Amino acid sequence: MAWSMRGIGCGVVIAAALVAALGQGRAAPAPTVAAGGGVTLRSVEIDLPDSDRLFPGGNEADAINNNCLACHSTGMVLNQPKLSRADWQAEVDKMRTVYRAPVAVEDVPAIVDYLAKLRTGK
Amino acid sequence: MSSSDRIIPFPTRRRLLESAGALGVMAAVLPAWAEGFVDLDLPGGPGRRALTTAFPQKGSMILQRTRPPLLETPFEVFDRGVFTPNDQFFVRWHWAVIPNSVDVATFELAVHGHVNQPLSLPLAELLAMPRVELAAVNQCSGNSRGLFQPRVPGGQWRNGAMGNARWTGVRLRDVLDRAGVKAGAVAVRFNGLDEPVVDGAPDFMKSLDIEHARDGEVMLAYEMNGEQLPLLNGFPLRLIVPGWFSTYWVKMLNDIEVLNAPDENYWMKTAYRIPDTPHASVKPGETGFKTVPINRMGPRSFFTNLTDAATVKPGAALPVRGIAFGGDAGVAQVELSVDSGQSWRKTTLGRDQGTYGFRQWNAEVTAPSSGMLALAVRCTNSKGEVQPAEPNWNGGGFARNVIERLALKVA
Repeated sequence: MAWSMRGIGCGVVIAAALVAALGQGRAAPAPTVAAGGGVTLRSVEIDLPDSDRLFPGGNEADAINNNCLACHSTGMVLNQPKLSRADWQAEVDKMRTVYRAPVAVEDVPAIVDYLAKLRTGK
Repeated sequence: MSSSDRIIPFPTRRRLLESAGALGVMAAVLPAWAEGFVDLDLPGGPGRRALTTAFPQKGSMILQRTRPPLLETPFEVFDRGVFTPNDQFFVRWHWAVIPNSVDVATFELAVHGHVNQPLSLPLAELLAMPRVELAAVNQCSGNSRGLFQPRVPGGQWRNGAMGNARWTGVRLRDVLDRAGVKAGAVAVRFNGLDEPVVDGAPDFMKSLDIEHARDGEVMLAYEMNGEQLPLLNGFPLRLIVPGWFSTYWVKMLNDIEVLNAPDENYWMKTAYRIPDTPHASVKPGETGFKTVPINRMGPRSFFTNLTDAATVKPGAALPVRGIAFGGDAGVAQVELSVDSGQSWRKTTLGRDQGTYGFRQWNAEVTAPSSGMLALAVRCTNSKGEVQPAEPNWNGGGFARNVIERLALKVA
């Protein structure tokens, strides 16, 4: 496995701006605890980062950006290998019918087109 | 839903990104959250992933997806010891609605269904129950999916969707006994606090047969490596199913339901199914085979101090080491080959720290005077099961455990 720490040259593909909400000074009271048998558990409150990365490609990505980002960020999709149009159709169908994604039916062909043409590169 | 009321997220962020891209700003610098990048070297690509420290209670992780989080353990972590640090333990969530806080003073575990006495157990009551501890490997069903050929859709992990921890908690059997399982119970279903984003989507739940649930090894863990669990690894309570794939290790576990009929929920009946064939393997394109819910793990072993295509000096004495686990049994032996698997020699095993945990293995080989050094490693578990020489294949990308190989250059 080759490791690269150069970290440049991938443009939008790696330009996911995570919103790390750590350390935003909320004056927190001491966490409540649950204890027994010498173990003490402390309540936890965190903020999860989100991604505001969009599917690249301008107008061709409008359908996927408008329909798909409510449930998940782009990363796993853009990390997929080259898949057939039938594979992508099946994925989008699964999102709609099983996972109840509110994808407008008229947008499905444009989403599948986009995914089938996705150039995943190295 | 009509096109006029569909969800249109992040319009302003989009403009921001586009303008930043046009200026080349994003391409020129590392985003603040990224420490660098890793190439997972997946066949056909793409293998490039960011390393991120942006997730709370987590250290440097390979970012597979931000929301819901998919975080892979950088593989060099496995060279540092058999226990995977909590802050670098892999993370995998199905649904994006994950509580960002848990109050341990009010959290309760419900036990209900086909029982005599439904329970609501506060954490303090669980902490007061008889305590058990065991080491066990938690491995994603799709660990190493990115290495399948032909490639399959799904989380494109390399080998880092696994980890080993010392889990502390209570036996599931003891909890079930407090509720009193009624005659006729056939399965126990587990649910956590995470929820689907969209109403009507299948809540993530998994179940075990009643005999398995009551085997005295399946446990509810409130500690991992001597600390409370990171929230993203299932705080405050996680099901531990030693020897079985991680899909059963329900995180943020708050609901246990004893069933008097087989579990027909989506995550058992449709998802996480494997071919009922040796090594869960079929031919690409094959149909008509029987499937079963994914279940026990097979043995695996890995190199941790060398990477593929590394260069070694001619004639050098070369320490070679790694980790192995037996799946649903202990590690009986780990063997190393220096001739592409034609012959095998035993390695020295490190201390046994638990049947279901990682075991370190060590060997020393002498590099040839020139050419290549083709190493392979295989684990045999205490049931006599050995890793296969040929990779398995199935459309889910599940249960890979082929013999690992490295080709080193001698120069």
